[in-house]
Amino acid sequence: MIPLPPLPLALLWVVPALPLAGFVVNGALALAAPRAKRAVSITGVGALVLAFAAAALAVVELAQLHPSAPLVFRYWEWLPVGDLQVALALQLDQLSAVMILVVTGVGALIHVFSVGYMHDDPGYARYFAYLNLFVFFMLTLVLGASFPVMFVGWEGVGLCSYLLIGFWFTEKINADAGKKAFIVNRIGDFGFLVAMLLIFRHTGSLDFGVVFPKASAAFAVGGPVVTAITLFLFLGCTGKSAQIPLYIWLPDAMQGPTPVSALIHAATMVTAGVYLVARCGALFALSPVASATVAGVGALTALFAATIALKQWDIKRVLAYSTVSQLGYMFLGVGTGAYAAGIFHLTTHAFFKALLFLGSGSVIHAMHRAYHATHAHEDAQDMRNMGGLARYMPWTAALMWIATLAIAGIPPLAGFFSKDEILGAAFARGAVRPAWYVFWGMGLAAALLTAFYMTRLMLYTFHGPNRTGDREREQLHEAPPVMTGPLVALGALTVLGGALNIPPLFGGGARLEHWLAPVTDAAFTPAPDASPATEWVLVVSAVLVAAVGMVGAFRLLKPEALAPARLAPPERGLGRLLWKKWYVDELYDAIVVRPVLWLSREVLWKIVDMRLVDGLLVNGTAAASRALGWVGSRLQTGEVGVYVVLFVVGVLAVLGAVVR
Amino acid sequence: MDGTRILFDGFALLAMGSAGLCITRRNPVASALWLVVTLFALAALFVLLDAQFIAVLQVLVYAGAIMVLFLFVIMLLNLGRAAPTDLKGPLGLGVGVLLAGLLLVQLLVLRQAGPATGGAARATVEQGIIPTVARPLFTAYLVPFEITSLLLLAAIVGAVVLAKRKL
Amino acid sequence: MLLGPALTVSGVLFALGVLGVLLRRNAIVIFMCVELMLNAANLAFVAFAQQLGVAGQIFVFFVMAVAAAEAAVGLAIILAVYRHRHTVDLQNINLLKG
Repeated sequence: MIPLPPLPLALLWVVPALPLAGFVVNGALALAAPRAKRAVSITGVGALVLAFAAAALAVVELAQLHPSAPLVFRYWEWLPVGDLQVALALQLDQLSAVMILVVTGVGALIHVFSVGYMHDDPGYARYFAYLNLFVFFMLTLVLGASFPVMFVGWEGVGLCSYLLIGFWFTEKINADAGKKAFIVNRIGDFGFLVAMLLIFRHTGSLDFGVVFPKASAAFAVGGPVVTAITLFLFLGCTGKSAQIPLYIWLPDAMQGPTPVSALIHAATMVTAGVYLVARCGALFALSPVASATVAGVGALTALFAATIALKQWDIKRVLAYSTVSQLGYMFLGVGTGAYAAGIFHLTTHAFFKALLFLGSGSVIHAMHRAYHATHAHEDAQDMRNMGGLARYMPWTAALMWIATLAIAGIPPLAGFFSKDEILGAAFARGAVRPAWYVFWGMGLAAALLTAFYMTRLMLYTFHGPNRTGDREREQLHEAPPVMTGPLVALGALTVLGGALNIPPLFGGGARLEHWLAPVTDAAFTPAPDASPATEWVLVVSAVLVAAVGMVGAFRLLKPEALAPARLAPPERGLGRLLWKKWYVDELYDAIVVRPVLWLSREVLWKIVDMRLVDGLLVNGTAAASRALGWVGSRLQTGEVGVYVVLFVVGVLAVLGAVVR
Repeated sequence: MDGTRILFDGFALLAMGSAGLCITRRNPVASALWLVVTLFALAALFVLLDAQFIAVLQVLVYAGAIMVLFLFVIMLLNLGRAAPTDLKGPLGLGVGVLLAGLLLVQLLVLRQAGPATGGAARATVEQGIIPTVARPLFTAYLVPFEITSLLLLAAIVGAVVLAKRKL
Repeated sequence: MLLGPALTVSGVLFALGVLGVLLRRNAIVIFMCVELMLNAANLAFVAFAQQLGVAGQIFVFFVMAVAAAEAAVGLAIILAVYRHRHTVDLQNINLLKG
């Protein structure tokens, strides 16, 4: 029996309730007083800051208790249906503690940034309402104590993602991107739902606290049921976390405002899949096939997305593919069973990727203002129109360099430790299952490409000659402090984040790993420890690879030779293939979208709907009624005499029946 | 065959005969008057069936009030002469006779299948005296009785509304 | 025992009433035939009341009240129709023709 938790923990519901309240207030303001920007800013940012404070208090309490089982708070019965008893319950354990700190902390910084970024937008209040709502759903997702509650958050963040991708919905391309994200996510959600039903079918419960302890008794190791469940769960993850084959929505999601890309499509929502796998570690541990699938898909995605990022020109798209790639790393980590490493990378990635996105937002903001001032209609996100921006935006450039070094894996920045840990775990697992050597190799190759494309991004954006335009150049300025402030904070986190989990190899205490131990121990499949010598070799090779990538980018790329976007020659050969994203969108279009459209139009619409439903059922019913009415109207002669005769015939019939 | 039976048969024949005349006279006034005769004959039958109170009501309400109303309307509308088209043609006649004949046959068959009757009720009730009708009317059947007053009120209002030229 | 003969008379009178409704075209006469049918039913009620208790007579009482109300409203309707169409011949009144 867990003793009654102290006060701040009992108030756990406040953490998600605050953003919800922010959503309600901002939603009301968006409808009633969309120009009250000061009130909107105070509400929107305030809700997040307070939520972060509440979350921090709760986590401090949790750290003092450090319970071995999650603390579950049941608020009310939600679905009491026969055997299915679902309560609206939240749970706090070491894993969700990390997640709520990341969500509210990074979320608060991004909210602050948004105050500057969205300042001139007419939909300011609506934007903050959506953003608050998103944070509410994200917190529900990570705090939910059962699959259905988590699913509510899972669907809710999908909804907010849709709303925010299509935030500027008056342009069709944005609305289409939103729809694409939503529909692709539906495919994943289907997997989640099926997995939920299977879990209920075989364990009789959907509460985490019941399912996971029962799992090892209810399922045979490697059995078909648990494999199906975990693979369906992973299908949900590929949708939400943009893995092969459902990653295609994330690059398009960059149509939304840049802070949204940072918050939803880099730091928090897309990591929900990683969180789900970590949360269900007890299940994945029972299915070697599913674990290998997770790790393999993760490694493949990491490499595949990195190749595409090499040739993108839109600054945000590079970052989008980079996000897909880094999410692949996280799945490689959790699929390997190194949950702590996966969550560690999730956290550090939230820091440096949010920093990169917000930095790119700062750049786009400046470019947009410059083009706006001169009424030019150029692409403010195309790197070919940038160049040399470091001269005009020194803060942004410096901070983005820090993030670039981090993501490339240069020590001692945060990304180095987390990425290295994943690769190390994968290599160690290779001793038991050789497939993991391949995954490790793919991860290493992806690391090389990551270093290359990030350096390319920085070179083309901030260095070399400026290609923005002569008149526009005078309008380029550093962003206001409300935007650079969060950048500095994230920069600090990027530098120091690695300290969370310095491995014993470097004399650290691996604190995050120990912190998460109560959650991950149940699922952890211990890999044979590599010898320190092997580990050193791995570390050095990873750093070398990163260095080669960066130096290679410096040597190979010539920012001086680049032409602005409207003058640029078309790509050729392999470059074109990468620029076109391996033609995956076109492939999906041909094998999925077009057949579905054809089926809808030619069969469902023209035959089923037009002929069967409209023709036979609707019009047929109408025609039958009309014919019947015509017959009936013939009877209505208006002659009372005829009516009397019919009436008497009826009486005779009834009497006849009685007499007989 | 006792005297009651002879009286009954006589009034029964009178009722049926005058009813037949009622439906065949072309002149509406004649029809109405034959109907009055039928009603009177029925009143006599009621007496013979030990329903004196109903017989009095029959004379007062039906023969007295309702039939006067009919005659009044016939004369108000100046219909007091025979209309050549008042009876239907041979087709109508055939259909009517056929249907009415069938109905008669059915009713007579139904009469044979009627419930077995006993004389028990006769002994318990003091027949025809007003209290035997009035007491149940004001106790067991009080609510329907009162509702009848509403019905009559509605009829009065309805008749006024319908017959008035303009409200 | 007059129940049997009374029921026969009742049946004959009822059939005559139906015949009248079927044969006649004058609305008022048809109306009178309806009254005839009501009286045939009354006769049956009274005949049964002799055997089975006074409830039959009370029902006749209600039938008379309904007949009085019906006569008042029905004749008012005939008056109203006559005022519009200047006839009470039902063959000429077929406004409800479908």
